[in-house]
Amino acid sequence: MDMRILVIEDDVGAAEYLAKGLRESGNSVEVATNGRDGLLRAAAEPFDVLIVDRMLPRLDGLSLVQHLRATGHTTPVLFLSALGEVDDRVKGLRSGGDDYLVKPYAFSELLARIESLGRRQSRAPVTTTLKVGDLELDLLTRKVTRGGQVIDLQPREFQLLEALMRHSGQVMTRTMLLEKVWDYHFDPQTNVIDVHISRLRQKIDKGFERQLIHTVRGAGYSLRAPGPAS
Amino acid sequence: MHLVRLLETSTFRLALIYLALFGVFGLALLGYLYFAMAGVMERQTAQTIQAEIEGLSEQYRSEGLARLRRVIARRSAAHPERASIYLLADPLGHPMAGNLDRWPNAEPGTDGWLQFQVEVRPDDARAEQRRALAASFLLSGGFRLLVGREIEERIEIQSLLRQAIGWGLALTLLLGLAGGYVASRGMLSRVEAINRTTRRIMAGDLSQRIAVRGTRDEFDQLAENLNAMLSQIERLLEGMRQVTDNIAHDLRTPLSRLRARLELALLHGSGGEGTRALLEETLADAEAMIQTFNALLDIARAEAGSDRAAFEEVDLETLCAGLADLYGPLAEDKGLAFASGCTPGLRVRANRHLLTQAIANLLDNAIKYTPPGGRVSLMVSPGPVISVADTGPGIPEAYRERVLERFVRLEADRSAPGNGLGLSLVHAVAKLHGARLELGDNRPGLRVHLDLAGVAAPAA
Repeated sequence: MDMRILVIEDDVGAAEYLAKGLRESGNSVEVATNGRDGLLRAAAEPFDVLIVDRMLPRLDGLSLVQHLRATGHTTPVLFLSALGEVDDRVKGLRSGGDDYLVKPYAFSELLARIESLGRRQSRAPVTTTLKVGDLELDLLTRKVTRGGQVIDLQPREFQLLEALMRHSGQVMTRTMLLEKVWDYHFDPQTNVIDVHISRLRQKIDKGFERQLIHTVRGAGYSLRAPGPAS
Repeated sequence: MHLVRLLETSTFRLALIYLALFGVFGLALLGYLYFAMAGVMERQTAQTIQAEIEGLSEQYRSEGLARLRRVIARRSAAHPERASIYLLADPLGHPMAGNLDRWPNAEPGTDGWLQFQVEVRPDDARAEQRRALAASFLLSGGFRLLVGREIEERIEIQSLLRQAIGWGLALTLLLGLAGGYVASRGMLSRVEAINRTTRRIMAGDLSQRIAVRGTRDEFDQLAENLNAMLSQIERLLEGMRQVTDNIAHDLRTPLSRLRARLELALLHGSGGEGTRALLEETLADAEAMIQTFNALLDIARAEAGSDRAAFEEVDLETLCAGLADLYGPLAEDKGLAFASGCTPGLRVRANRHLLTQAIANLLDNAIKYTPPGGRVSLMVSPGPVISVADTGPGIPEAYRERVLERFVRLEADRSAPGNGLGLSLVHAVAKLHGARLELGDNRPGLRVHLDLAGVAAPAA
């Protein structure tokens, strides 16, 4: 992914495991083990994403991010927390966090969210049309076409496609889709998302030679243009 | 029962305090009566004597010594038993008239009264010494006049009165002490019974209960309340024990599977598609265990009630439509007819997140257990009542309470995926909201009603 990531986490074992995984995914990672150090590093050096544990010695995660935001730093922040109540999530996001992940988490989930956060900054500001390959989605007229052919979508299918297209090339986990499209923050016992994706696939990919929606094993889904590399 | 313990009881102390107060009041009252009566009697004697002396000295002044001698002689003669005492003496102290042989050998008290012993001879009886009270009067010419009354009787009455008061008080104290003793013993025996039971319970036997006498007194009420509390604690402990047992059991299975897979992966050596598949399955197992723990934590949090702070106004139509939208395709994919009816305009104060998850769990179950060709429905109707119904195998009536407990699954469903926590969360969420959860027969299938009547938000 090639991002500069700062991990602020006091559990040294967890921090090392996290750093190792992120480095293996092609990122450069630095680690701070307390809130004060983390704030100084985050304010002094440019990072693409900050991963901040909520419970930190010397300065807790919420205050750290509040300080950072108050001084004009907009680096995306992913909170890690053992606190999983909706209330905690809301508090985390209100204090300036961009995403919130409850421990224990799957590394693939974390990676997908980091990627999504890191790309957010570099994305073109305001567009009314999303384009991936020959697939086009008009946000104003809510019209979807592929290769000039109009595709009729249910409102929720439209939202699902929009989420996938906004993060085209990235992995979207089932949990992320459930959060973004339905605004639900719980683990469904069955993979309800799979059914919705397969319906969307029927409409988007069926009858076309090249698939746009891909299943990423053990992680989620990804929508990407059929480039020469793939 | 030890006497010292008895004396230490609050009942006995209370009895003692009452007794002391009663004793002081009694003593004051009887003392007042005694002194009032004794005073009246003494004053009466003194006044009679005074009046007689005045009368006699008046006669002496107006009619002379001879007249006085005659009067005294006559009066003395009327009282040979010496109940009334008269003596007239010449200046030298020699008796001139009266029923005393000589001037009594006694010094007058500070109040001028003489007290002395006199020998009396009441009606043919033997002579006896009795106390007498007298006043003397000096007549002109040096003659002395003595008038008195025998007061033995009065003193005896007074002493009788004193005795009666003393005995009365002693008896009161004795009866009070005995009463206090008996009452404390009764009280102590009942408290002791409760203590004995609690000691046995603390020693580990939680099945012990305090005996109820059926007298409907405060001790019975205390015993009943304590017993109810004990039953509640026992039930909770039993529930907790079952949950821990179940957690241990339900997590040991995936853990041993996980270990077996890892061992197998080690045997295979690194790399290879086989190792990768094993690791992926292991990951899925770990994921399932984490989900189980998350579900347990969700239930625990809902039960603790701390999520009440996150209550907000929830529009049930939106909630219903969202879930129908999410689960409808899943049902249809499985070959089930899915129907939803979301009545608009119904709002409740609820934890949106938990309520959504609870209904999602019900839909998950309905879709999971209904065989293809069946029907699943989600309804929100006025009440408001949220109902999820299916045409699956349903739950036999005898199990409808049990399946709400953690990890309880019907024998037939053991092979199906799931952790037996779905309905437990629904139950906990219903309790958190004060809603009524009802599992019924859909003929065929299961019909679950979540009655939110008590939760409805005021129309805003």
